[in-house]
This record gives sequence, C-alpha cells and structure tokens, in this order.
Amino acid sequence: MALLEIQGLSKAFGGLRAINGLDITVDEGEVVSVIGPNGAGKTTFFNLVTGMESPDEGSIVFGGQELVGLRPNQILQLGMARTFQNVRLFPAMTVMENVMVGQHSRTKAGLLGAILKTPSQRREEREIEERSKEVLSFFGTRLAGYRHDELSMTLSYANRRRLEIARAMATNPRLLLLDEPTAGMNPRETIELTELIGQLRSERAYTIVLIEHDMQVVRNVSDRVVVLDHGVKLTEGSYDEVSTNEKVIEAYLGRPAELGA
Amino acid sequence: MRRAVKLGLAGGAAMVLVAAIGMVAAFQARMLIDPILPLGTFFLYLVAFIFGWMASKPPVTLEGFEPARAGIRNVLAGAMAGALGGLCVGLLLIVMTTWDLRGVFIALSPELAEILSFGLPVAAAIPVIALVAGAAGALGGAVHLLSPRLRRAVLSALAWVLVFSLFTDIFGQAFTALRLEFLVDFIYTGRGGALTIVGAIVVFAVFFVLYWWMSGRTNTLRQRVQSMPRGQRSRWQIGAAVIILVVLYFVPKIMGPFVSQILVTAGIYLLMALGLNIVVGYAGLLDLGYVAFFAVGAYTTAILTSPQSPAFSPELSVVASIPFVMIAAAVAGILVATPVIRMRGDYLAIVTLGFGEIARILLNSEWLAPYFGGAQGITNIPDLQIGPLTFSTPQDYFYPVFLFVLFAAYVTYALQNSRWGRAWMAMREDESVAEAMGVNIVTAKLSAFVVGAILASFGGSLFASQIGSVFPHTFDIVVSITVLVIIIVGGMGSVPGVALGAIVLIVLPNLLREFSEYQFLFYGVLLIVMMLNRPEGFIPSKRRAQELHSEEMAQDAWLEIYGEKGQPEQVPEGAV
Repeated sequence: MALLEIQGLSKAFGGLRAINGLDITVDEGEVVSVIGPNGAGKTTFFNLVTGMESPDEGSIVFGGQELVGLRPNQILQLGMARTFQNVRLFPAMTVMENVMVGQHSRTKAGLLGAILKTPSQRREEREIEERSKEVLSFFGTRLAGYRHDELSMTLSYANRRRLEIARAMATNPRLLLLDEPTAGMNPRETIELTELIGQLRSERAYTIVLIEHDMQVVRNVSDRVVVLDHGVKLTEGSYDEVSTNEKVIEAYLGRPAELGA
Repeated sequence: MRRAVKLGLAGGAAMVLVAAIGMVAAFQARMLIDPILPLGTFFLYLVAFIFGWMASKPPVTLEGFEPARAGIRNVLAGAMAGALGGLCVGLLLIVMTTWDLRGVFIALSPELAEILSFGLPVAAAIPVIALVAGAAGALGGAVHLLSPRLRRAVLSALAWVLVFSLFTDIFGQAFTALRLEFLVDFIYTGRGGALTIVGAIVVFAVFFVLYWWMSGRTNTLRQRVQSMPRGQRSRWQIGAAVIILVVLYFVPKIMGPFVSQILVTAGIYLLMALGLNIVVGYAGLLDLGYVAFFAVGAYTTAILTSPQSPAFSPELSVVASIPFVMIAAAVAGILVATPVIRMRGDYLAIVTLGFGEIARILLNSEWLAPYFGGAQGITNIPDLQIGPLTFSTPQDYFYPVFLFVLFAAYVTYALQNSRWGRAWMAMREDESVAEAMGVNIVTAKLSAFVVGAILASFGGSLFASQIGSVFPHTFDIVVSITVLVIIIVGGMGSVPGVALGAIVLIVLPNLLREFSEYQFLFYGVLLIVMMLNRPEGFIPSKRRAQELHSEEMAQDAWLEIYGEKGQPEQVPEGAV
C-alpha cells in the first residue's frame, strides 16, 4: 500500500515553475532516491511535502491523510521527518538537546508540570533523555558520550549531518526525507553513511526518500530512482534502468551536438 | 608609539568631554579622601589612568610566541598617553578662559577653570595638568609591570578604597548598626563624610593583605568542593545557601530604609529582568514593550485594592489581587503575542515597542480616565498584608520582593531543562526548522509571552502596593530599555548574571546620587564597553561560555571519567 501518494503537485516562484504536475508514489518500506540536475526542483519537492512551503496545486496524501494546508509541525506529528541540504541544526544547543527537541511532538509535559516538577513530568523527562541517548548510540562512537553536552556548532561537518539524522529519528517518523545526506563527506564517510541508510531501513523499518548526487550511494541504497528535471518527472525505475535512459543522460550531460543543432 | 599618541588624543577628548558636560564640576563637592582628593578631580584623572593602561597594553601575541616582556616602555607609553590627555585639558582651559563659551556649554564655568587649574594661573597650570595626567597614565602603564598576583591585590585594594570612599553613607549606617561606631570615627571624617588619609591607607592595607593571602586559595576551595562526593557537595551547597539567606535576612535591618528602598527597586527590576530573560534570552523574541506587562500588574492591583479606584473598586487585599493580576497578565501576554505570531526579529521588536507605548498612552488618556484615573493615576493602594504581618516600610518590602525574585529564578531554572524550554531555544535558533521538527510555534510564542508577562506583573503588583499609587508616566519606554540593558550587560540566560546586572545598573546609580544625573551616559558607556570586550555579559550562562571553548572542556571531562577506568576511547578518525 502506498504510504505517500502525490498527484499533480505544482509550485511556481514568480514565473519559474519549480514543480510542475508531479506524481510520485512511495510504498511502505521502500527507499526511493530523487535525483536530477541542479535546479530540478528536488529541494522544493521536499519543502512542499513537509509543509514548509504550500503548493499551488495538487494533493499530497500521507498514510491516508491529506497534507496540503497543514503546518509543518502537524505534518511531523503524522510521522514524517526531514533533514536539510545545508544542515540546519540548532547551533547554540547541545547535541543532546538537539535530539531532545526532536521528541517535542511525541511528549506532552506542559509549563506547569515543569515548574511544579510533577512525577509524570520527571518520568517523561527521563524517558526523553533515554530515548535520545538510544538514538545517538545508533551512530556508534561518532556521537558518543563526551559529545552529548557539546554545542552542536562545534561538531565537524560530517557529524552535523549525522546529528541531523538523529534529530529526525527522534521524532519517531514513518517516513524519513534525507536531503543530500552525503554532501561534503569524504569517501570513507560516504560509505559509512550508505551502510547506515541500509540499517535505518532494516533495523528501524523507516521508509526513506532521499535526494542524492553521489551515484554510488544512489545505486547502493535505492529500490527505485525518480529523476526530476525542470520540475517534471523525467522517468523512474531501478537504478540500472534509469542510468541507461537516454532522457536522463541528456538532462545531465546535454543533447549530443549533431542532434541538438 | 603611534598607539600611545592615538589613545592619548582619544583620552584627551574623553577628559575634555567629562569636564565639558559638567561631571567634574558636579562631583567636585564630594570629597573622596579628605582633604586631598575630591571626586571631580579623581574622575578626570581616572580617565587618564585608564587610557594610560590601554595605551601600554601589550599587543596580542599568537599562541606559542613569547609575549613581549613588560618593561619601562609600558610606563613611558602610559605616561605619554596621559600627558597628551592632560595637554588637551590644558587646551580646554586656555579656550575657556579666553572666550566665554557658556552660552553653548553651560558647564564651562569659572569654577570649572578653578578646579582644572588647581587654582594656579593658566600658564603655570598647563604643565602641572600635563604632569599629573602623565603620572596617572604612567601609573596605568605600570600596572602591566606587576606580577599577576600583585596586580590583582593592588587593583582590588584600590577598588575597595574607592568603594569605601564612595559609599560612606552605607558603611557609616552598617557600622553603626553593628555597633562599630569607633570604626566610622576612625576611617571617616564623620558620618557621611570622606575617608581620612589614614583611613584610606588602612583600608588599602587591609584589603591588600587579604587579597594577597587569598589569591590562589579561592580556586582550591572551589576545586575541593567540586571534587567532593555528591552527597557531601550538596550538603556544602545547602549550607552555603542557608548562610546566604541568613545574611540576606539581616541586610535590610542593617542597611536602613534608604538602601532598602534601593534594593526593593532593584529587586522589582530584577523580577522583570528574569521575566524578560525568558522572552528574549530563551525564546529569542525581542520585546521592547515589556513595560506594558509591568503596568498591567500595577494597575490591576491598584484597581482591585484601592478605595480611590474610579470605576470599580472591590477593595480586595493586595494578596487577593495576585491571582487576578496573573490572569490579567496572561490575557495581556496573549493580546500582544497574537498579532506578532508570524513576525520575526526586527519587526517583532518594533511592534512590541508600539504596544508598550500604546499601553502608556491609553492609561494616560482622557477617554479611559473614568476607569484608570488618567494622568491623576490611582492612589491609596493599601500595604501588603499577609495574615498578621503588615508590610509598610522599604525594609519590610525587601522580603516579599526577595521571595518573588527567588520564585522567578527557580522558574527560570526549571524551564531551562524542560520540554518547552528546549522548544523556545529551538525557536530562537531557527524558527522554521523548529516548526519542521514538531514545535508548535504559535503555542511556543504565546507561552513565552505569557510567562514573561506574569513575572513582570508580579513586579508591577509589588511596586504598586509599595509606592501606594500608580501614575501612567511611570510606565515609560525607559523601563523596558533598562530591563533589556540589565539582561544584556549581566549575561543573557544566566540568573546570577541578571542579578549582577540589576545591581550594577540600578543599585549603583541610585547609591551614588552624584551620578544619577549621568545615569544614561553611564549606561551607554557601559553598553559600548561590554559589547566590545565582553559581549556575553558579566556572568554568562554556561552555554555561552561553552560557545567559546567547548571542545577541550568536554573532552577533558570525558577523559576524566572514562580514561581512568582503563577504557580509553580513541577519537575516531575523520571526526575532528
């Protein structure tokens, strides 16, 4: 059954049609890569799905619920979390706090509870802490013990990306949207992250949609690849099908000279 | 060299400014050390001292390089800067004695000329001024020659001499209350007088010895407490807290009504500052109209308790009005927050500024005068009464104000590590990401405003019952600005910092009546100096300190715990 079903999605910025009549379906448990040249509308697509921008037309149905018109926090509540292409952590908060914020929508203590330190608030606070540690332990020594109380701004670039994934995991999502998770990583780190994405699916049972430029990663993790160009879907299919598709090669490399003339 | 000249001229400009705006002449009547040092002269040459110190500050050296050794060059640079400053003052003296500039600069009076020239004729005075300023500058430069330990002891002792000579009233009052009149007679020329020369030397000597002896020891004490096992440490901390509370209990009794009144005012500002700290420091919502919530608290109490309330006067007790004050503040918080929900940063600041002014103008208006009394305000607000206790004097009010401050400090701490505290911080850091991570921005903004509003309204309520009347002109924009300056200078997000900010900005200017005319000049200078040298505030929150050197601290702490257990964790490659 389709977890995410998008039909006729369109969004224009002034005269630029960033997304134009897009239909995409993602099934439960799938890993889908969205690729395409720069400016193809990939990040806009993520922004529309997570409610950070509102579409001009079309429908986005997630787990049977229409998302268009909902605020980002409501969409997250339904079980969809994302990371950002340009890593947007809360820089002056610690690693732990970043992950703890992720659990905001899954907990419910109020202000009075915090001031009166009610037993239920303290229990919940402990649970938040435990779950945050558990999520961070997913990254092994990378975000281990001594880093928990560091400000996230002091982390290395690769660790910031990991922390962003941890923060998204802490929201307990069904669908994880990863925006270029390996951008800026060295080859070793890229391989590590590729394995991690595999684990996210096998151990955590997340459905994953990722935007990625590194074709090795795309080949290794995806069940299906969707190619966008100028806001429209060029094609979709397995990595091998897509990578040999003429239209895709054309979009990336341009039209051969003798035909383009 | 060029630095010394540049700073000397800057210092000269500062000295001329200090003289020309009338500070020197206004402070001259006040003696610091009788009969040699009046405050005006001291203040003028303090400027030379500071610039001498700055001019001879060693340049920044890179890590690993040997810094240049302090030597006679520092003293010379200081002397040069100071003397240049003195020459500028001499120039001022020539100009002001040749032409009468009093039409523009009222303060350039013959009395000022008398003070500046030490009573000498102008031609003889100029070298003297340059010499004295040069000496002050040289002293400033010489500070660098002292070893750190000696420097600390000398400067601290000098600071205490200054404190003793500035706050004669307080020390006189306190010593008298403690039955130590003989001390007053010994070091002062009489109650409320200046320090005697002997007194100044004694104070300096006592504090010099004290600091010399203490240096190095305070740290080890702190370390000892920190290295204690948990139970013992918390017992120590509880003990320290009890001692502080006992001392605080006696403060108003010893200090008398004048100082207590200042402390009550400072406490009310502190209460507001703690509230604003939640709105600005935690949630990042720059509210420039914060005084409106203070006004809501004051007016709600006034209307509900005063028999003079024009329209509606249930004549409740002050305590009974508190729940209504909270409700009114919460409603006001929501009213202000609702229209600004989708606003950020500068826009929010301007709109809240507008709200603050609207509140004051409405309270002042003829239109609402039947309800709020217009410019006449509401008078006859009864004293605070709790059971058999009646609070009427400033000394009495110290205790409830202090309790409310404690409560506000507790709330600040409790909310910091809570679900909403984290949500506020996330919103401050990046509003759209916070929303995408599940924080309901609407609720978060409303709740931050409501909590801040309630704390400020407590301040207003206490203020109204202590003063006994409320007038619209009290709730002016300056209150909002002052509260904001307190948290910026003190250290945003840090309770001890905000407390220190309230002391520096409210208590000091009120104690030094000579300065109160120049209060805002003082705020301005302080703000500029702080922003340049210590933008995180006097006592920054742990988090802010961490922003500067977090990595080594965290790693050291971690190694201490795990390294000794024999499981040294290697720092993973590529994770640097």
